[in-house]
Amino acid sequence: MQITSKKLAYPLGLVLLILLPFVVEDFRVSQFSQVLIYAIAILGLNILTGFGGQISLGHGAFYAVGAYTSAILITQFDMSPYLTLPIAGLVCLVMGVLMGFPALRLAGHYLALATFALAIATPQLLKHKAIEKWTGGVQGLILDKPQSPFKLSLFGTELSEDRWLYLVILLIAILLFWLARNLLNGRIGRAIVAVRDQPVAAAALGVNLTVLKTATFGVSAAYTGIAGALSALAVSFVAPDSFPSFLSISLLVGTVVGGLGSIYGAIFGALFIQFVPNIADQLSKSAPWAVYGAILLAFAYAAPNGVMGIFKKITKRR
Amino acid sequence: MTLRLKSLSSIALTAALTLAGSLTAAQPYDPGATDKEIKIGNIEPYSGPASAYASYGKAQAAWFNKINDEGGINGRKINFISLDDGYSPPKTLEQARKLVEQDKVLFLFATLGTPTNSAIQKYMNQKKVPQLFVQTGASKWGDPKNFPWTMGWQTNYFSEGKVFAQAILDNQPNAKIAVIYQNDDFGKDYLAGLEAGLGDKKNMIIARETYEVTDPTVDSQMVKLKSTGADVLMNLSTPKFAAQIIKKVAELGWKPVHYLCQVSSSPGATLVPAGLDNSVGIITTGFFKDPSDPQWKDDKAMLEYQAWFKKYLPNADPLDTYYLQGMLNAQTLEHVLRQAGNNLTRENIMKQAASIKDLQLPLLLPGINVQTGPDDFYPIERLQLAKFNGKEWVLYGKIYGN
Repeated sequence: MQITSKKLAYPLGLVLLILLPFVVEDFRVSQFSQVLIYAIAILGLNILTGFGGQISLGHGAFYAVGAYTSAILITQFDMSPYLTLPIAGLVCLVMGVLMGFPALRLAGHYLALATFALAIATPQLLKHKAIEKWTGGVQGLILDKPQSPFKLSLFGTELSEDRWLYLVILLIAILLFWLARNLLNGRIGRAIVAVRDQPVAAAALGVNLTVLKTATFGVSAAYTGIAGALSALAVSFVAPDSFPSFLSISLLVGTVVGGLGSIYGAIFGALFIQFVPNIADQLSKSAPWAVYGAILLAFAYAAPNGVMGIFKKITKRR
Repeated sequence: MTLRLKSLSSIALTAALTLAGSLTAAQPYDPGATDKEIKIGNIEPYSGPASAYASYGKAQAAWFNKINDEGGINGRKINFISLDDGYSPPKTLEQARKLVEQDKVLFLFATLGTPTNSAIQKYMNQKKVPQLFVQTGASKWGDPKNFPWTMGWQTNYFSEGKVFAQAILDNQPNAKIAVIYQNDDFGKDYLAGLEAGLGDKKNMIIARETYEVTDPTVDSQMVKLKSTGADVLMNLSTPKFAAQIIKKVAELGWKPVHYLCQVSSSPGATLVPAGLDNSVGIITTGFFKDPSDPQWKDDKAMLEYQAWFKKYLPNADPLDTYYLQGMLNAQTLEHVLRQAGNNLTRENIMKQAASIKDLQLPLLLPGINVQTGPDDFYPIERLQLAKFNGKEWVLYGKIYGN
């Protein structure tokens, strides 16, 4: 019984996710696109922090580099927006691996600080005059939204550019979640967790710590970079101010709220960082962050292991 | 049969025409306007590092509250929906879309910030929804050819740079000018204005130095500038650096005629940290009556402003000039809406905004006005010079700008 309901849940959820944009207005579709984008970024961070046990306060930097890679290739080199996505992922993979080397020597708080430095430096480096002719300096770059290649109408709703982009992002999200699940539930996933929990024992068992740790960092950065590239398409604008250091903290908040070390928790984390600031704004104009903080505290108290932690508790009780 | 079809179609045509006629005879409204209210959208950084700027939006909300208490504009209440973007451009776009597509506002008014407005400019112009009187000093908002739905409000950096150039040509015609500017849009806009204003006398500028917002100090640049023998210093920096520059100039014993851009003219943010004694003689520009300036203490408009402030913004700092500027902008919009009358289409709002003739607002300095035209999307362009006497800014000289 348990198995059949689980088997049904995936295709059913998928159909709902595909139909979702056709029953809500364009503006809502764009918000859900952003949720999917955050979910990919948070999944990337969760691979590193939740599974790998390495804290990063700098993933906003990879998000920014991914976004800029895509934006520069589209505006300066006339590249197809879809083609820029894997390139953005690749650039961030390399950047992540490079960042992984100091991470080998820095543990815990020191790694958090080093990555935070990256988050603070990136928006300022993006303004630097040496690269201004590509990045557009503080002005940033303005892009065109990709158009749907065909016309389609469902329930009397046109396939608008927002809906098309949502479906593209959904497809990429499904692909990346599927890849992550296979990676983390397999041999490599076990090795990553082993290195987190018992590094000495893992090394004794033949796990190459250097390779594994840097590769984890790289994959994590690549996920977040692809998310950043998708955000450039969705927002159609990149500027240094789009990627403040607070973005990195938001991603970490999303990871913890969704549930450290859980794959699908990323979706709940993404819903949180997308919608809770809006709720906070509606509750108070004078101190929206105080409201955000209060909600976050309540969450941490009620669900110390994130949303997925609650789900696990419920299913265990049965 | 054919005859019948013909007559049928002619009946249908007449019916359609009458229907269309009756539709246009009704009030011409776009989304957001009804007989009872005008819905206006606004986006401010209520949270985040730029939250000090949210004073603009709070003042505007307070001004519309006053208008509503007095019965509204042409019988319509203002419904001012102001949302938070935390000064993050992607969030600005999301909020703009919410206001336009979900809340269905008639237009956006005084959305704050340069990067944030850049993120929504294309969207607003595609949707043909006015992005009116944006609260930023960049010069890119007055481009009606490419962006007919976007308009600036305050004096922009470029115009102010031109005013400095005119002032120098008037008062120090043989000056050797040294310029220090922030290496970004803000500084470059100012410098471009200064150079444009000097025209063929551009070579009066004998030295240019820049700094990055990340620089710890600007000491070495100042030493270099002093060594050039310049006798006029053009200080185009943000408050923290402006204070450092003023201090360093005093330390070096350099005594140039010191022009300081308006952005950094706040006594509290710049001159006090720099040392009030060091700041004596510095020249800046202004366009509104500053509540901290004693010369307006018995001014009728100022007294009315303070009464309004006490009633509608009881917990705010009355000396914070962001409130005053925000209110001035709201008054400009009030004028546009009164002019628009019952024709509340987006097109007419834009048309009225682009045909403001010599509008005098009581808290603008005497001689400074709001003026626009189909090709002039820069509402406030006039400025007056002011010199610091060790305690406050003293206005002097003629009104500059067109």
